[in-house]
Amino acid sequence: MNGVLFSMSRCNFLSNRLIGFKDARLRPSMSLLQKPPALLALEDGTVYYGYAFGYSGQTIGEVVFNTAMTGYQEILTDPSYNGQIVTMTYPHIGNYGISVYDMESNKPYARGFIVREFSRVASNHRSNQDLQSFMEQHKVVGIEGIDTRALTRRLRSGGVVKGVIYHGKASPELEAELVAQAKNHADIDGRDMTPEVTTELPYARPTFKESPRVAVIDFGIKHSIVYKLEQAGAEVIVVPAQTSPAQIMALNPYGLVISNGPGDPDGPKYAHDTVWQLLGLLPTYGICLGHQLLGLAVGGKTFKLAHGHHGANTPVKNLVTGEVEITSQNHNYAVDITSIPGNQFKATHINLNDNTLEGMAHTRYPVFSVQYHPEASPGPHDASYLFNRFIEEVNAFEGATAMPAMKAEAVKL
Amino acid sequence: MPKRTDIHKILILGSGPIVIGQAAEFDYSGTQACKALRNAGYEVVLINSNPATIMTDPDVADKTYIEPLTPEFVEKVIIAERPDALLPTLGGQTALNLAKTLYEEGTLERHSVELIGANYNAIQKGEDRKLFQEAMQKIGIATPKGKMVGTLKEALEFVIEIGYPAIIRPSFTLGGTGGGIAYDEAEFKQIITQGLHDSPVHTVLVEQSVLGWKEYELEVMRDHNDTVVIICSIENFDPMGVHTGDSITVAPAQTLSDKEYQQLRDYSIAIIREIGVETGGSNIQFAVNPRNGDVIVIEMNPRVSRSSALASKATGYPIAKIAALLAVGYHLDELPNDITKETKAAFEPSIDYVVTKIPRFAFEKFPGTPDDLGTQMRSVGEVMSIGRTFKESLLKAMRSLELDVRGEMQHKHLDELEHTLRPNPMRLPALFELLRRGKSVQYLFEKTAIDPWFLSQLREIVSVEKEIVTLPEPKTWNWELWREIKRIGFSDADIAKLVGEKVSEIRKLRLEHHSAPVYKTVDTCAAEFEAYTPYHYSTYEWEDEVSRSDRKKVIILGSGPNRIGQGVEFDYATVHAVWALREAGYETIMVNSNPETVSTDYDTADRLYFEPLTFEDVFNIIEHEKPIGVIVQLGGQTPLKLARALTDAGAPIWGTSADAIHFAEDRDSFHDLCNRLEIPQPAGGVATDPQEAINLATDIGYPVMVRPSYVLGGRAMMQVHSEAELKAYLADVYAELPGNPSILVDKFIEGAKEVDVDALGDGETVVVAGIMEHIESAGIHSGDSACITPPVTLSETIQNTIIDYSLRLTKAIGVKGLINIQYVIKEDEVFIIEANPRASRTIPYLSKAIGHPLAKYAALIASGKTLKDLDFTRTPKPELYSVKEVVLPFLKFKNILPILGPEMRSTGESMGISDNPYLSYFKGQLGANVKLPLKGKARIIGSHADLEQDLKNLGFELCENQDYDLLIDTEHTRELRYALENGIPYLTTLEAAHWTLKAIAAAQATEMQVRPLQA
Repeated sequence: MNGVLFSMSRCNFLSNRLIGFKDARLRPSMSLLQKPPALLALEDGTVYYGYAFGYSGQTIGEVVFNTAMTGYQEILTDPSYNGQIVTMTYPHIGNYGISVYDMESNKPYARGFIVREFSRVASNHRSNQDLQSFMEQHKVVGIEGIDTRALTRRLRSGGVVKGVIYHGKASPELEAELVAQAKNHADIDGRDMTPEVTTELPYARPTFKESPRVAVIDFGIKHSIVYKLEQAGAEVIVVPAQTSPAQIMALNPYGLVISNGPGDPDGPKYAHDTVWQLLGLLPTYGICLGHQLLGLAVGGKTFKLAHGHHGANTPVKNLVTGEVEITSQNHNYAVDITSIPGNQFKATHINLNDNTLEGMAHTRYPVFSVQYHPEASPGPHDASYLFNRFIEEVNAFEGATAMPAMKAEAVKL
Repeated sequence: MPKRTDIHKILILGSGPIVIGQAAEFDYSGTQACKALRNAGYEVVLINSNPATIMTDPDVADKTYIEPLTPEFVEKVIIAERPDALLPTLGGQTALNLAKTLYEEGTLERHSVELIGANYNAIQKGEDRKLFQEAMQKIGIATPKGKMVGTLKEALEFVIEIGYPAIIRPSFTLGGTGGGIAYDEAEFKQIITQGLHDSPVHTVLVEQSVLGWKEYELEVMRDHNDTVVIICSIENFDPMGVHTGDSITVAPAQTLSDKEYQQLRDYSIAIIREIGVETGGSNIQFAVNPRNGDVIVIEMNPRVSRSSALASKATGYPIAKIAALLAVGYHLDELPNDITKETKAAFEPSIDYVVTKIPRFAFEKFPGTPDDLGTQMRSVGEVMSIGRTFKESLLKAMRSLELDVRGEMQHKHLDELEHTLRPNPMRLPALFELLRRGKSVQYLFEKTAIDPWFLSQLREIVSVEKEIVTLPEPKTWNWELWREIKRIGFSDADIAKLVGEKVSEIRKLRLEHHSAPVYKTVDTCAAEFEAYTPYHYSTYEWEDEVSRSDRKKVIILGSGPNRIGQGVEFDYATVHAVWALREAGYETIMVNSNPETVSTDYDTADRLYFEPLTFEDVFNIIEHEKPIGVIVQLGGQTPLKLARALTDAGAPIWGTSADAIHFAEDRDSFHDLCNRLEIPQPAGGVATDPQEAINLATDIGYPVMVRPSYVLGGRAMMQVHSEAELKAYLADVYAELPGNPSILVDKFIEGAKEVDVDALGDGETVVVAGIMEHIESAGIHSGDSACITPPVTLSETIQNTIIDYSLRLTKAIGVKGLINIQYVIKEDEVFIIEANPRASRTIPYLSKAIGHPLAKYAALIASGKTLKDLDFTRTPKPELYSVKEVVLPFLKFKNILPILGPEMRSTGESMGISDNPYLSYFKGQLGANVKLPLKGKARIIGSHADLEQDLKNLGFELCENQDYDLLIDTEHTRELRYALENGIPYLTTLEAAHWTLKAIAAAQATEMQVRPLQA
């Protein structure tokens, strides 16, 4: 069957209506050479000139980057990016549109979006909307057309860099003003962002059959974590970040998950307290911020990384099994395991690139945590096994407790 | 796990001569593997019959055997070398099949050779369709649904499941003939009935059609620790239905959401584990239904492939090198990432640019063959380009191809353009033209199934073109406008055409407005880490990452995409130049657009610019780097074409000057020179138009050879025996050529012997490196003819005459480097045909035959050394005979008779070395996959009583039917096609027949030996 000729028009699987293809028709006046201008002004005085897209206006925040080549919607809607302006290193963003199934929370938490070229058309059968209208709808200000690689090289060497995205052409005076605004913007360090991202009310995901109940403390959780827990067989109840330990235990959970979230783990001090009080009562699983909170709760320290990890291709070595997993990461802080008093935790996973801690487990209690994102979204599924491991520990624990009497007293059950 | 210390010597199988579907990428992979393993402390033995490759350079392996890739010869090498292990995954399908045979025949076990890098079961599961389907079923991944049926009823029942269109493949029909695609029941019934009738076993396979589905490839690697990483995802611009090798492809995938991509990733990991590839790389191909996202796995290749080479160049991750190290026991997390130096090879590259690959075709060489692209690969080479956006990358790739078709498309009728939307080499320009004429993306999607995202990108390019035309004149454009226009990816030449200005004017204005490209680095990590790779591309962005060093530097221009007439031989020459100059202490900079080759390995030169070989892109680099020398004479016609423009622009061209090149290539000046030097030439002249050509031919007297000037590979060259034939040529072939080149008309001397000479000149002295005697007579393009060195039938006198002519001519032209001269000899008179003052395609073969690296010498001469400095002052007299035989792609082009002519059609070559010239010939044939029989039946078409007698003497039986083991057909009948399709050796010229019979006689009498080049 060499040189088989075929006729596309006779393939009836292609309907006349392009599914999922939203063509933001180029308005007659819209020129690709002379687009509405925008600029990005960084606090150190650098100004990048580009073009406006997304919601019209101005925004300010800490500028970060992510090297994942897919998953812009998940990133935009990940509460961990609260208050930040995200730069995508991959140049083409928006190609496959926006899908209702890819929301990691109920709205984008990123303040701004920096890309090299945003796609005016969305072409994928799953897409319900194109990126432009999504950003307009949720008021995310964007800038495109700048040298995102140059920006990434500047950002990678560490330190917080704040910036302003401004739509329009600015005079030198205005530019200087925008730079000043960026400099004076409230720092992330030390600030507790949780009230902005946590759920207002607790909510449950009942399974209508016998399943281990897991309580999840929401510091800015991604939907995928809840979904993965469900998939592993748990009945999930998500509670607001400031819920007290007594209230959590009153739900009669068999396991505890400490979620991911934005900002400095030093911010929510109440969280350290809650985690400390609950330590040892239940099998516990911490993810990203949760891992850091665990570390701080037991008296350890975190430190700011030379440059944060922001991508979907980071290799992590599981020290227990010797296996390597490729992971999704988004963090600027790491736990210093040597700072944890009494050797309570041992290292279970390390980052193959810079040897920083990626996962730890308690030496006595069924408590473990990882710095990276095993729920991925975006990213590889190599670490999904951790959810199964957690549920296994929950099933094994089943109410049997090695709880010290003093602790039970302390929480007044 | 540390590397294995229980093995010390590893035998690597090469991939043989370059053929369509298995080409230079294995030179690149194999060379990387040899280097990596030697660095790790192992002794490497290589067997490959292809002399044109870098891989078979005596420096690359410890012992290099240029011998046929057959089980018998591999066993001879095993006996001579006693390796501990065999690594077969770097030589394509050839090596894999060879390894399979050796394993099945017990040869490996007999000699205690362990198969590493691939295990037998994995190869079987990956390649056998039935085993593969079963494996996929086991892990729950869908494969195209198919069922073998024996009756129409069964077929109709099954087609309900899969729907229309349905693909029908009758079993065991030759060459896959019969069958077809049925779009409705009526067609289905007809094709099934016909197919059941055609099939000798009366069964047909009815298969689900995934034509038009989106096609993706993932390159995957696995180590002994079961770590699996995805190196690259590739999306095919041309959807399912066109072989991936013939499709325009883009990396990374552009239209998959994260969830869809992760699904393909999960499947790939499951597949490589289930098939059982324990270490190394694999290529896995998927089809995705654009309507609902259903995924089907099409096939997997459990080895390094053409796509791996592309993926390596696209991401900077050296797949073949890592695969070789994994085969000897290393784990991915133990190997360093060369690029970042601080991180490990266990990671997945993230890229912040877009890579486009466009294949290069050669259908014009096979007129009469339809150029429809389908499931059988037919491209001969490819270009790759890197840009920050798809538009930039695509436009760069299009100009790397050196095919300017915009002008042609403009004049085509709408109907014709629409007909060009079927998969074929011209589809992309047709899409552009239809978009220009107002067709919508939706319409084109329905016609072609190319994803609307890609079509929208093309539409944006067209939109900007239209906008540029409405702008006021370029003199008024400001810096921002220039930037945005250049950022789309338009070249100065594109802009010049759009606005009707001269290219030089556009360039001048652009530079006045400070619009110049910057250079970025390929770093595998999207700038997350500091990178040390010297691998760069140009783009119109802000930040330039490449700073000029203060060393003395030389730029060497590569050969661009492989094509018939300009293949991997030129890569050999340019890489050798790089090695020689590096050793001599210069900083070497390579510029090339071919992802398949060793030259574009970032390890080869000190710096690599992966850029189109056009004046604009090359001169930008020259201005950026400010080299002391630029070498253009080693990459074939592509860089040579730039010599004049670069010289005029002030670039420091090293080696033979542009003037000297032009002098030799211009007919008139060459003719005068030969007259002055009293070197006889066949009568000939140059005509500027068809009528003049006819007049000239009449003066010279038929038969004559006609061809256009300044081309490579004898394109559009033909022998004509009468005025009628000449007129036909002018009307059909010449009229199609762009640019109205001059027509060269030369007397064709029938029955003459042809000879090639390669020589080196340093401006003062000239040395002839070798005289290569062609086996076929003149009239067959020298690139298609087998040849032997040292010569066998030329007398001492004739050889001295040839040497004398060559020395005087080379000196007179002023060659500083290599020159290739072609002569014909008739009745003891030597006539000169042409001289090309550049590296020729025989350089690698000749270098290996005489044991001197000629391209290296040429590069050093260009840098100022003399032949005396290089200690190369006398024509070498090799002890052994070396034959170069070619491989021709006739099987891929239906209905073409496999006869040779003045137009070059070979894709690659093999080499045979022996102390007996006829054994060399025999080995050369074997290396080119022609197994000359030592006994059996032979058939002769044409009256050759002497051949009949010779065959009888050799013990052959003559026959008249189709039951033969050897065919000699000098009448050029269709019987040749039969022999070709059935894999039976055939001979089409008398000379080849004589040599073959002598070769058979020698092979019958002697046991052939193997010897390494390093002996």
